[in-house]
Amino acid sequence: MKMMREGKIVRVSGFVVVAEGIPLPMMNEVVLVGEAGLIGEINKISGNKVSIQVYEETTGLKCGDKVIALGRLLSAELGPGILSQVYDGLQRPLKEIAEYAGSFVRAGIRARRLDHEKKWHFVPVKEPPSKVYGGEIIGKVMENELIEHRILIPPNIRGSLISLVGEGDYTVVDTVAKVKATAGEIIEVKMAHEWPVKVPRPFAEKLNPDEPLVTGIRVIDFMFPIVKGGTAAIPGPFGSGKTVTLQQISKQTDADVVIYVGCGERGNEMADLLEKYKTLIDLRSGRPLVERSVIIANTSNMPVAARESSIFLGVTIAEYFRDMGYHVALIADSTSRWAEALRELSSRMEELPGEEGFPAYLASRLQGFYSRAGKVRTLSGKIGSLAIMGAVSPPGGDFSEPVTQKTLQTVKVFWGLDSDLAYKRHFPAINWLQSYSLYVENVSVWWELNISERWRILRESMLSVLKEEDELMQIVRLIGSGALSERERAILEIARVIREALLKQNALDFNEAYSDPKKTLAIAEVIDYYREQLLEAISNNVPLEKVLNLNIGKEIEKLKTLPLDKCLEESFKLKEKIVVEISRLPSLVRA
Amino acid sequence: MTQSLRYKSITSINGPLVVVNNVQGVKLNELVEIEVGDEIRVGQVVELQGNIAIIQVLQGTAGISVGQSYVRFTGDTLKIPVSEEVIGRTLNGLGRAIDGGPEVVGEKFDVNGAPINPVMRLPPKDFIQTGISVIDGLMSIIRGQKLPIFSGYGLPHNLIVSQIVSQAKLLKKQESFAVVFSALGISNEEADFFRVELERANILDRTVFILNLQSDSTIERIVAPRVALTVAEYLAFEKDYHVLVVMSDMSNYCEALREVSLARNEIPGRRGYPGYMYSDLATIYERAGIISGKKGSITQMPVLSMPDDDITHPIPDLTGYITEGQIVLSRSLHLSGIYPPVNVLASLSRLMKDGIGKGYTREDHFEIYMRLFSAYAEGLRNKELSSILGEETLTSEERQYVKFAEAFEKRFIHQGVDEERSIDETLDLGLEVLSILK
Repeated sequence: MKMMREGKIVRVSGFVVVAEGIPLPMMNEVVLVGEAGLIGEINKISGNKVSIQVYEETTGLKCGDKVIALGRLLSAELGPGILSQVYDGLQRPLKEIAEYAGSFVRAGIRARRLDHEKKWHFVPVKEPPSKVYGGEIIGKVMENELIEHRILIPPNIRGSLISLVGEGDYTVVDTVAKVKATAGEIIEVKMAHEWPVKVPRPFAEKLNPDEPLVTGIRVIDFMFPIVKGGTAAIPGPFGSGKTVTLQQISKQTDADVVIYVGCGERGNEMADLLEKYKTLIDLRSGRPLVERSVIIANTSNMPVAARESSIFLGVTIAEYFRDMGYHVALIADSTSRWAEALRELSSRMEELPGEEGFPAYLASRLQGFYSRAGKVRTLSGKIGSLAIMGAVSPPGGDFSEPVTQKTLQTVKVFWGLDSDLAYKRHFPAINWLQSYSLYVENVSVWWELNISERWRILRESMLSVLKEEDELMQIVRLIGSGALSERERAILEIARVIREALLKQNALDFNEAYSDPKKTLAIAEVIDYYREQLLEAISNNVPLEKVLNLNIGKEIEKLKTLPLDKCLEESFKLKEKIVVEISRLPSLVRA
Repeated sequence: MTQSLRYKSITSINGPLVVVNNVQGVKLNELVEIEVGDEIRVGQVVELQGNIAIIQVLQGTAGISVGQSYVRFTGDTLKIPVSEEVIGRTLNGLGRAIDGGPEVVGEKFDVNGAPINPVMRLPPKDFIQTGISVIDGLMSIIRGQKLPIFSGYGLPHNLIVSQIVSQAKLLKKQESFAVVFSALGISNEEADFFRVELERANILDRTVFILNLQSDSTIERIVAPRVALTVAEYLAFEKDYHVLVVMSDMSNYCEALREVSLARNEIPGRRGYPGYMYSDLATIYERAGIISGKKGSITQMPVLSMPDDDITHPIPDLTGYITEGQIVLSRSLHLSGIYPPVNVLASLSRLMKDGIGKGYTREDHFEIYMRLFSAYAEGLRNKELSSILGEETLTSEERQYVKFAEAFEKRFIHQGVDEERSIDETLDLGLEVLSILK
């Protein structure tokens, strides 16, 4: 029998505990701390002392209390029953906890991560005897009406499949297959398996991401697109709409599975999200959103150390669905709170601080997290992807702070939120001059094949108008609008229409919240057509005032409130109208 | 606890921190009593290293002496007794009666509370009418929300808070309502002002005062809001009250936090405030909301002073990241005699959209809000342009917006400190002011 490996607490400071005497401690090993058996993780070993971050409230711990090492890493339990769950950062199911522990989450509460009693209808897809390797799909379970949960051989196992159960109902802990490993031992495979959250799950190869992750938000899809398997950061001061934008993406995205990590954020926001997920219907499947989602809720007042693990837990669950061959979107709100947890931890361990007190390894941790995104060929040969989008909450809205900067080093898309736009109630308040996407090249072919070959031209045309507007506005601010030529004033008009009709989007309005790429492109086409006609009229000496009196801008703005079909129809008519009405205007003949 | 241990082994004292040697079996966050002459002061264990305990004294360390003062470890965390009798009473920052009446007796609760399970929360929905047009119309307070007032030194936040507390009502049937007022380092006059105002509004018998005045211990300020919220949670979640918690001034709380952190030699974050201030503030602000299956609710209105009116200062900044919006006061409006001087563009109620409109206020509320907001923003922009470039550069339409902005400030925002406008009056007034345009 294995000896119980235990030691004693010699120091307690906040959620960091130092213990000594644990024989052969392992880095990132899980330990149980004190009488209540609080969950902790070893994150520093020096001599016979180890530093432990405790994931639960440490009130009541004392020096001399015992610490028991469990000999395994902090792991997630992955298997059927995981969808629709709400977990805390330690994968404790919050709904189950509420049922027996009431309204508050206290230290030391335990609950099974997955239901071990519930039976699932398992359908085998493989014939024994045969060779199997890690990550291979051996069966499937319809977890709900939306998602087929594919049962994988755990990635770290390979050998020959010597038995596989027939179709039938099994729990996640029943043995469904036996594998004779290469070393000769027999391994019992169940529907659920454990995976250490800080270890990225393996895949066959990384692929070049080339398909957009459609969000239905025009400024994102059209201007600054993200791809399936891509990474994006959305920094902004409070009140600029980070959470609203991310929640909107989570509701509307065309990913198969969405993992939402609420990390150090507001409790009421999580409550709102949960309610929306239950009532809102997925646009493509007609099923409640909650069926394709897993929520990790570690609100700002829950233990800080569990914030650190919540991000890893989320990304591990996301990779698990990727490995089944799904497109997964992971949303983390907010990575700044995660970074702050790292800072607090580092400071309690008396490490030398780097920039603004953050540990020197902040950049590598952020990279480690975002690099788990990607489009891959899975071990079973399927195509799967994981896109990661993270909110950043810079102090005072200042983007030069370390977390924003280190994040931008890593991610490929930057949606910079702007408090000035938010003050003007221009939502989503994504600043078009600051933001960028490095995936424009990647998704060009998709736009060409699926929507229109004109996307890139239109996009560039709009961006250059917006850039010119910015330059012109600087002149106006200095010497007034009187200094502008007719053509320049026409540019301002077009820029205004781009902002109002294309970039601005009401997330609360049913018809407006989701804009199909076809609709987005139709609006852009009309605007560009208006630009051409307007500029041509100006060059033919038609007074700008006369064109503006036609109120075409207002009519273009109305397009965004229409459903897709109606929008396409109206945009066609509007183009006709533009050319007819503008050509009727008399030009000013110079004497 | 008779068997608890008594030590005479204080080895060092630094600011609010006392180090005691050769202790055994001491627990983190345990309550400690220190005898200073005839007086007993309380503290909390904040760190343990082998047989050394570091104690944060909540009532000042003056008079504590090395090797002489006795330290007693109680074996329990800081708990306060709460019952319904607490309503109408005045307590100090540690939850003890200071109004001359008997001590409150009742079930004891840990002042630190516990996080509400997110799945047990219900999204806040019900509109609270404050009778103040600019708030009700443009930044409505919703029951269960936490909406702070960002003020500055010398601005009339006390008047506004007392007006809100006096006038606040739910539009639906009246349920039991209580106010918990937590004074954090404010002056005696300010505290008296509130008492007088609440008495005038005839709600003193529905109010609990938790007083930590300027003259009281700074460190006790760290506990005072937690005492207030423990009382509020009891009333809301055990006794079905709708509780409004006012905490003023949270800036003083943050100062106290900084003082302790620096005394502990922790690595300071921005402007010397501890790196964990966000998490610490969250353990206060997140104790608001509505719980499924419980009838009561907690709505929080923290008040804080922005040093130098700077909204990017760590105190308002971190607060804004946790609360669900903010009401920002403007010095320039105050100087032009507008009361309440609310900076409309910088203010926001995030939960407003869920608590207004049909079934809550009026169907056209959201639309009026959007129109007022954008017209005012436009008016201010034009006003700024005209002050740089001269009025003659504005078109007649642009001048109309300037006129609107002025009328909006004088007629819609401005109102008397005793003037109570119903939401209907507020919205009608909004429409009336909007009719200036066109």
